Amino acid sequence: MLRLGRGTKITLAVITALILICTYIPLFVIVMNSFNANKVAGWPIANFSLIWWEKALTNPAMHAALLNSIVVASCATAIALLLGTLSAFALQRFKFYGRETVNLIIILPITLPGVVTGVALSNTFYQVLDPIGIKVGYMGMIIAHATFCVVMVFNNVIARLRRMNPNLEEASMDLGAGMMQTFRSVTFPQFRSAFIAGGLLAFALSFDEVYVTIFTAPPGVETLPLWFMNQMGRPNEANQVNVVATVIILLSLIPVYFSQRVSAQAANDLK
Amino acid sequence: MSTPSFRETRPKPISSALHRHPKGRLAALLTLPMVWLVGVYILAIILMLITAFWETDPFTSKVKPGFTLKHFTSIVTVPAYLSAALRTLGIALAVTAICAVLAVPLAIYMAKIARPWQRAALAVMITLPLWAGYLVKILSVRIVFSDGGFINSVFGPLGIHSPGYGVFVTIIALVYLWFPYMAIPVYTAVSQVSNNLFDASADLGARGMRTIFTVVIPLLKPALIAGSIFTFSLSLGDYLAAKFVGGSTQMIGTIIASNINLNPPVAAAFSVVPIVIVVVYLLVVRKSGAIENI
Repeated sequence: MLRLGRGTKITLAVITALILICTYIPLFVIVMNSFNANKVAGWPIANFSLIWWEKALTNPAMHAALLNSIVVASCATAIALLLGTLSAFALQRFKFYGRETVNLIIILPITLPGVVTGVALSNTFYQVLDPIGIKVGYMGMIIAHATFCVVMVFNNVIARLRRMNPNLEEASMDLGAGMMQTFRSVTFPQFRSAFIAGGLLAFALSFDEVYVTIFTAPPGVETLPLWFMNQMGRPNEANQVNVVATVIILLSLIPVYFSQRVSAQAANDLK
Repeated sequence: MSTPSFRETRPKPISSALHRHPKGRLAALLTLPMVWLVGVYILAIILMLITAFWETDPFTSKVKPGFTLKHFTSIVTVPAYLSAALRTLGIALAVTAICAVLAVPLAIYMAKIARPWQRAALAVMITLPLWAGYLVKILSVRIVFSDGGFINSVFGPLGIHSPGYGVFVTIIALVYLWFPYMAIPVYTAVSQVSNNLFDASADLGARGMRTIFTVVIPLLKPALIAGSIFTFSLSLGDYLAAKFVGGSTQMIGTIIASNINLNPPVAAAFSVVPIVIVVVYLLVVRKSGAIENI
């Protein structure tokens, strides 16, 4: 164990506590403001009311935006699962010329700022494809989301593949199983949890994405973050966003729960 | 032992062919992802780079092919553009530095001092905000620092007032947004530092702080670099934090977003700024192995 003086330990504990307090106070303020009867969010809250919950949860524009978010995130996740897994296998199982470049191409969409990805794709869709008669519309948004989601699946799957025992596959093939059968009954079960975790991260990333969506959403189509952003600019209805924010904060427990389970399982695997 | 069934012993031409030809297997795996990523993404980036040299008809606002460097030169010759670019760089550096300075003590406490149950709880508490929603966090910073917000009502009586929306609150919002991206890799790296090293350091007479600075922090370099790729890159491209808590603060993203419809070549030229900065940064840190940790 780290032998630290009492003073150092207390300092580190105080810094940790302050970081957590600063992290959670803003979230707490938002949750409390979802019950604020006022039009404008603030502190302290004078009158509590459920009026904004009622308004937000019955708002048809919010429902439409939520549905769009779910559709886009599901399609993007499905594509990312396929592309991310294929590339993870290629990069983990093979040493080849240009491997580093392929790796860079996979991580680039997540390391370059979202606004760059958004502008680049919007430029292609509206300045290049549109004039020659190809209208991408709704699909364009899904294509854009899938592109930056690939890396989430890739990272999770490749990390698991590195720890897998290749001899099991050899044994399966030696016993006469074909490639598909080996994949189905030997390989896939070993990385299934990483595959699911990667898909979950991809879904969450797509669900929360604003920048790429701003530039690639077809006119009149809103995802939940776009609806949220537009609401933030309308002060009179502002407290509706606190309700949706509260729901999002509660929903964020789901990926945290799963990532904890996955890391606990990974820790068990290593024992 | 069961006798092998007919199905299992049947020749498998595709399997055997692929097994014999590793290159074929590699191609089968890589074709689809590369067609997608190069065909959609890399092509889009290249097209954007080309558009940056095109011109906009001032009357129709239509983009027409051409070759002009004026959009790139405007980045340094138009004072508002140059100051936005430099301000954005400064903000991104400040955000990265603050995240790193906060992440190290937090990670050391979590990994080496906290009891196991505390460690698990802290890990959850650090990851939760990662998923709490980008705009949710911007909104929460906005409410906390607003005139009638948390800071003014709680600390106002003590004479501490909210600095008001501006560059400072923009930096705070960005630190709030990206801190988990720094904290998680640094925490993972601290947990991997062997306790023997602490004992050795202590046996050689180093006290706690000296051990932290001379033994722990040098070992954290790859993790700090990996974290900084996110905090830095995400801050460079951000403009919604500036829009909602920055007052009149303009960032590179603000200029890109305000030009995307009226003057796409200017937006394209400005997008090159974060690309160049991030790619240069990635090349500089490539040798550290940090990219493998992303």
